[in-house]
Amino acid sequence: MSERQPERGPERGPERQPTGIRIRERRQERGLRQAELAASVGISPSYLNLIEHGRRRIGGKLLGDIARALDLDPAALGEGPDRGRLQALRAAVAGVAEIARIAPEMSRAQDFADRFPGWAALVSVQGTRIAALERRVTELSGRLSHDRGLAQALHRVLSGVTSIRATSSILVENPDLDRDWRDRFLRNILADSEGLAESSRALVRFLEAPESVAPEAASPREAAGAWLDARDHHLPEAEAGGMPDDLPEGPAGRIVLDWAARYAEDAAALPLAAFAGAAREEAHDPARLARRFRAPIDRVLRRLAALPAGQGHPATGLAICDASGTLLHLKALDGADLPRAGACPLWPLFEALAQPGRALRAHAALPGEDAPRFLCHAVASRREEPDWGRPPLVEATMLLTPAPPDPASPDPAPPNPAPDDRLVGPTCRLCPRDPCPARREPSILA
Amino acid sequence: MARRVLLIEDEPNIIEALSFILTRDGWTVHTHADGLTAAARVKAGSPEVVVLDAMLPGRSGFDILRDLRADPATAQVPVLMLTARGQEKDRELALRLGATEFMTKPFANAEVVAEVRRLAGG
Repeated sequence: MSERQPERGPERGPERQPTGIRIRERRQERGLRQAELAASVGISPSYLNLIEHGRRRIGGKLLGDIARALDLDPAALGEGPDRGRLQALRAAVAGVAEIARIAPEMSRAQDFADRFPGWAALVSVQGTRIAALERRVTELSGRLSHDRGLAQALHRVLSGVTSIRATSSILVENPDLDRDWRDRFLRNILADSEGLAESSRALVRFLEAPESVAPEAASPREAAGAWLDARDHHLPEAEAGGMPDDLPEGPAGRIVLDWAARYAEDAAALPLAAFAGAAREEAHDPARLARRFRAPIDRVLRRLAALPAGQGHPATGLAICDASGTLLHLKALDGADLPRAGACPLWPLFEALAQPGRALRAHAALPGEDAPRFLCHAVASRREEPDWGRPPLVEATMLLTPAPPDPASPDPAPPNPAPDDRLVGPTCRLCPRDPCPARREPSILA
Repeated sequence: MARRVLLIEDEPNIIEALSFILTRDGWTVHTHADGLTAAARVKAGSPEVVVLDAMLPGRSGFDILRDLRADPATAQVPVLMLTARGQEKDRELALRLGATEFMTKPFANAEVVAEVRRLAGG
């Protein structure tokens, strides 16, 4: 058996340790010696030792071979989950650090997360909580400014107080006031105080309204996304032409309902059984499926993203945005950093907007040598039929799948990114790429 | 001849209280409660000072103020803006639109009288 000894990789970096540790722990659990595992995947025991101690990079086919030898899903050994955790940690720190004028050691975030996972999780959760509270404060502030009902309630209260103050001052400052005026002003004070009491009660009722009345901590679109996430974006009711009956309340429910209606239209055009079989036969290639079913590519992309996980289908992510770049729908894929606000404009999703009707196929790579790569299929299309004098409503749709390692490649750790990859990132604040033509603001990782 | 002040306000008891204290101070007080026709009333009445509430039925005090400043006939009329909201952005908006002075409800009677006097030039 020939040994595969790739070029010497970079020295152990802060993001190398977890994969090696997981391999070692799993190997020991299974009672395997290093030499046994190394032999089974065609590498030397010394090379495996370097991997287990995080001194050699690992990826692609070799990672898959080791995972199979250890009877694991390759994703369980990869950096995906850790990357997500790390990204959450960095995001949690990003906003607060700047305000507090603190410069945390961002390059050691992975070390921190590995050594103190509980504390790291706490920081991440606090970051999420702070973001939700900030959103709530913004909403309430906006509500004070723009909510007509609240503004009128406050106006009534303050007007009542103003009238009582002005009138009572007149009574106190004018002891010689004749009886008619005095009686008149006293009646006014009584009427104002009664009105004020009622206005105050109404205001309290308004402010103490339950959460369903007050703004949600999460935006309706986020709440709708969470509802779909919980169902892995597969809606059996809509597959059968029906509608889910456990919709979230309020605006989120409206968003889910709209999505479910669109889902049902897609499912009627591309029924699950026929489409799932064809998808496997066509290697999940959207263009081939579009030709086979004579269907628009954006519909095919949505149907591929709706296929139940497993059963021979790859993991998928789906992003849909309007012409402003605002994300309307997001099915997340592990490791793909595509935030609803401030997303990297280099994703093919946004490139598609520039040329509606043109199908794009590209690989996208996130920053970092072991960062996941994705195969992206994107297209922009009209949201509705054209009409005279009305600007076209265009939306872009992008399907994401994990970029599989090239099985023909002899290199167990192929170059990442590949030469033709789109070099995308998370938000600018969390992206270390420098220089980047699309950078909007400096990175905290610089 | 008594000096004229136009009070644009829709709360009857505030109108009555302000009318009383300004009248006692020697002013002839005219009142108007409708936002839609307020600017025309200012133009027709030529008051020395306008006391303008920000929140009125039909048209906001800020919009009325914008109209007044856009019309050469009323562009120079001193305007004391009254608002129930003391937020800085409301103050900035009022002053940017050309309010001569800005006062937050609830106010003290003496302050209103003093400001009206000051805006009329003593």
